[in-house]
Amino acid sequence: MQEMIKSKLAELLSTGAVTKVIGWKRGENFYDVSPAAFESVESLADFVYDDFCGANLSKFLVKEPGKESKVAVVLKPCDTFSLNQLIKENRVNRENIFVLGVPCEGKLSEEKMRVMGIVGLTGCKVEGDKVTVETLYGTETLDKNDVLLTKCATCHSKKHVIFDELIGETGEDSDVDRFVGVAELEAMSEDERYEFWRNELSRCIRCNACRNACPACTCEKCVFDNDASGVAAKSNANSFEENMFHIIRAYHVAGRCTDCGECSRVCPQHIPLHLLNRKFIKDINTFYGDFQAGADAESEHPLVHFTENDPEPSIVKEGK
Amino acid sequence: MQIEKKPLIVAFCCNWCSYAGADLAGTNRLNYPANVKIIRVPCSCRVNPLFILKAFQRGADGVIICGCHPGDCHYTTGNYYARRRITLLFSMLSYLGIEKNRVRLEWVSAAEGAKFAATMQSFAEEIAELGECKRLEDLRCKK
Ligand code: SF4
Ligand code: SF4
Repeated sequence: MQEMIKSKLAELLSTGAVTKVIGWKRGENFYDVSPAAFESVESLADFVYDDFCGANLSKFLVKEPGKESKVAVVLKPCDTFSLNQLIKENRVNRENIFVLGVPCEGKLSEEKMRVMGIVGLTGCKVEGDKVTVETLYGTETLDKNDVLLTKCATCHSKKHVIFDELIGETGEDSDVDRFVGVAELEAMSEDERYEFWRNELSRCIRCNACRNACPACTCEKCVFDNDASGVAAKSNANSFEENMFHIIRAYHVAGRCTDCGECSRVCPQHIPLHLLNRKFIKDINTFYGDFQAGADAESEHPLVHFTENDPEPSIVKEGK
Repeated sequence: MQIEKKPLIVAFCCNWCSYAGADLAGTNRLNYPANVKIIRVPCSCRVNPLFILKAFQRGADGVIICGCHPGDCHYTTGNYYARRRITLLFSMLSYLGIEKNRVRLEWVSAAEGAKFAATMQSFAEEIAELGECKRLEDLRCKK
């Protein structure tokens, strides 16, 4: 698979069809695969596509003012939703992008392995629902479901919604219920929910990684970079900013969040941010009809659209 | 002497309907609680969710948003947008465990002075019952 992708990318670069490729490259450790740009055929030697390519590359395509060269990007199915959404918002110029769709069977989480006591990873092979990992200390076989990235465990679609060329085949929408976590919280009492979120959100260190990684968060001037906003940095006095930051972060992407799961994946404090985003997605689905951001480039954004018979906010009070 | 700390209520009222409704309540000499502080906005859809959170940060114990009845917006459709935004925000606040009665949205027209006074009265009573807002407070602003 990796070699097929590589040779396609090499062809694109050598014919001059694109001047840059956005893909992944191995970092210091085997599992440490990060986004990278490749500008020559030789540099493609470092290109990697394996089970640790969780990062969504769509955000790297956001327009750089004044730069209009053609770029190729390698996207997994879920990443294509993000790109579609960016095109819809005019943040990416479709003509300047070549999308190479690649299949994905769910990516793995090194962090989950580490929690299970598996360290010093040097190799990894997935066969069906088993994962064989090689470490400095020997070989082990694990259940794939135990070490899937959280976002991949509830993947909503394996279908590429936008691409110029596919390597392998595209998949189908999945019918996994991604709202189980949200429903569990909704079923709790107000106090229990408050306790749950206090416990989660108070760990936030305001590194802003969730915002930076999010392909929907692409404002040039972010409210959280504005010192006058009163929420530009973490307060050590109390909990207000944590609430404020997290409500506003999730709110600003409501209706645009494609549920790509990057925010939760990058959070160094393991805060389940997807539970906030999915609450908005679930509410939009129940109040205003099913909506999947990024599924197409035409449909109305639910927050800049309305119908005359929308429910009143008192629907929240009536308890759901 | 101990000064009784009344719960503080912030009311965002749209210029065209609800603010005029408040005016009417005044000219009709209808009482509404003095701890309701009105902030006039051009339209209910001018109310950014951040405004509501900011009000809580600065010590509000309850926030109410008032606008023209759906269909009567001075700008034709502003309140329809507001309705969606505010519904989602209220739902999120409740999801985070913030008491759901601390926020409310009411449609009050320019002719409804009595409704304005009654709404504020009932909201103030509700907030008085809930007491101080502890779950969204910012200690730095209380100094
Ligand atoms: S909020 Fe999270 S899940 Fe939604 S688009 Fe942004 S990174 Fe992806
Ligand atoms: S990534 Fe996690 S720790 Fe960092 S700001 Fe976001 S929620 Fe907080």
